[in-house]
Amino acid sequence: MNAEMILFFIFGAISLIGAIAVISFRHPIYSALSLIVTFFSQAGLFVLLGAHFVAAVQVIVYAGAIMVLFLFVIMLLNLGTLSAQGALSGKLKGVAIVFAILLAAQGVFIAVNALKNTAVATAEASTETITTYKIGELLFTKYLLPFEVASLILLAALIGVIVLVKREGQTES
Amino acid sequence: MEINILEHIIIPIIKILFIAHLLIIGVMAMIWSERRVSGWIQDRLGPNRVGPQGLLQPIADGIKFLFKEDLIPNHVDKPLYVLAPAMLLIPAMITIAVVPFGSAITIAGIDIPLQIADLNIGILYILAITSLGVYGVVIGAWASNNKYSLLGGLRSSAQMISYELTLGLGIIGVLMLTDLPEEMLTKLGVDAVNPLSLRHIAYSQGVYPWNIFVHFPAFLAFTTAMFAETNRLPFDLAEAEQELVAGYHTEYSSMKFAIFFMAEYMNMIVGSAVIVTLFLGGWHFFGLENIGGEGSILSGLISFTIFFIKTGIFLFVFIWVRWSLPRFRYDQLMNFGWKFLLPVALTSIVVTGTLFIATNGNRLWIGLGNLVAAFIVVAIVAGMLALDNNSKSDTQSTHTAAPLRGLDAVE
Repeated sequence: MNAEMILFFIFGAISLIGAIAVISFRHPIYSALSLIVTFFSQAGLFVLLGAHFVAAVQVIVYAGAIMVLFLFVIMLLNLGTLSAQGALSGKLKGVAIVFAILLAAQGVFIAVNALKNTAVATAEASTETITTYKIGELLFTKYLLPFEVASLILLAALIGVIVLVKREGQTES
Repeated sequence: MEINILEHIIIPIIKILFIAHLLIIGVMAMIWSERRVSGWIQDRLGPNRVGPQGLLQPIADGIKFLFKEDLIPNHVDKPLYVLAPAMLLIPAMITIAVVPFGSAITIAGIDIPLQIADLNIGILYILAITSLGVYGVVIGAWASNNKYSLLGGLRSSAQMISYELTLGLGIIGVLMLTDLPEEMLTKLGVDAVNPLSLRHIAYSQGVYPWNIFVHFPAFLAFTTAMFAETNRLPFDLAEAEQELVAGYHTEYSSMKFAIFFMAEYMNMIVGSAVIVTLFLGGWHFFGLENIGGEGSILSGLISFTIFFIKTGIFLFVFIWVRWSLPRFRYDQLMNFGWKFLLPVALTSIVVTGTLFIATNGNRLWIGLGNLVAAFIVVAIVAGMLALDNNSKSDTQSTHTAAPLRGLDAVE
């Protein structure tokens, strides 16, 4: 067992504990903080895979920006502790069960495949680091179209936000 | 990979201990110099009783904080209340890991770069860790269960998100022009220059002019955003004493209160070190760093001293600004961040990229182009704001009073 394996188990365990904590805490602030822990340890897993850029982006975008907005909204609305029944009720319960079964099936499928195909399970992950230069090169050559499409979608979201906010402002004045 | 105990374990530990202690001593020195410099600026003495020139004052303060009762109010959310100071202090401390504090020295055949870790995503690591710093403020504010604290936390999170954009965009021009000649690359033992590595950025400024001359508008935008990230005046809306008691740390006492301040000063030191590395040439000072031959201990010491002095001068600027400028109003803060700093940072990217291709990388033209373009953009934005204000005051003169826009939106 080398150092990377030990780190993998540490980060994996932390991200699992964090993920479970997200759904077990009754208070939204604690859930949001557990989600940050999960994101952060996932960034650690990315580093172990040699994907340093993805790890940094994971922390900057998810842990650093999106979760701050989450906390901002939770604090602004001053959400209290959820009651035991309020969290899961009626239709939501059915949806939750369906998704839980789907996810469990997926997990079992992956685990069985990994055990059957021992070559994959024991193969050393490529330790070569993927530099930002290579990512940029791929984005502007091989994956140019998906990249541009994604940026258009983001642009549409930006414009949508401005339109939504603007309409409110006009009725006010 | 073979692990050499001396090279891979002992030397890094020595470097980490050295830098961590330097940071903590730096915090004490900063507290002393902030009080003395503010005294000097306001034409009074400042603390000068404990030790020569009051130099031992921070130690006296530290002892006082340690021996005060560690009070935890009944109405707080205890786990998060205790966690918050640490969540602010740790990001402040670990950012320094990627900042190169000197060139390299060679001892007994081992090449030792004066930097704790040269990550290939160095600058992204800094942005990532800085973006985590906000949680300390927000969580501390929320856990205090006090409306003034909460207002401080809300202001801080909005401010940090707004100014983080400028922080990220302001450095892209620098990254675009980071380049090293062939012989430097072979000497460093890499095949290609990695603009994200702070070490390469610093080396690049030894070969080419310092980035402050090429990217002056981006430097101003980045520095301003850094002030906002450290929650210092004129951007200290999170603690605004006159409005919010003490903002997010109102309910804190004893050493927990002191930790909030240690984190603030640590953020200042790290921020200055980052700015020195990115824009002010790192450890270079017109060839002075090469005295004694490259790799010699003397040259390493000189380069470290140069870096240390530059960081110190910039820290003085931090203090100077704090005691010279009044606090922004909340809407002014948001306007300034989104309507001035962000356009300036974006313009710097466009102009640097265009002129890099058009003038074949001539840094004189890029520098001039950046200045002119930033000036035009600021003029346009200021003109638009002035027009907007004129039309607004025309329509509002019929009403009774002009409301403070932006203030009511958040509070």
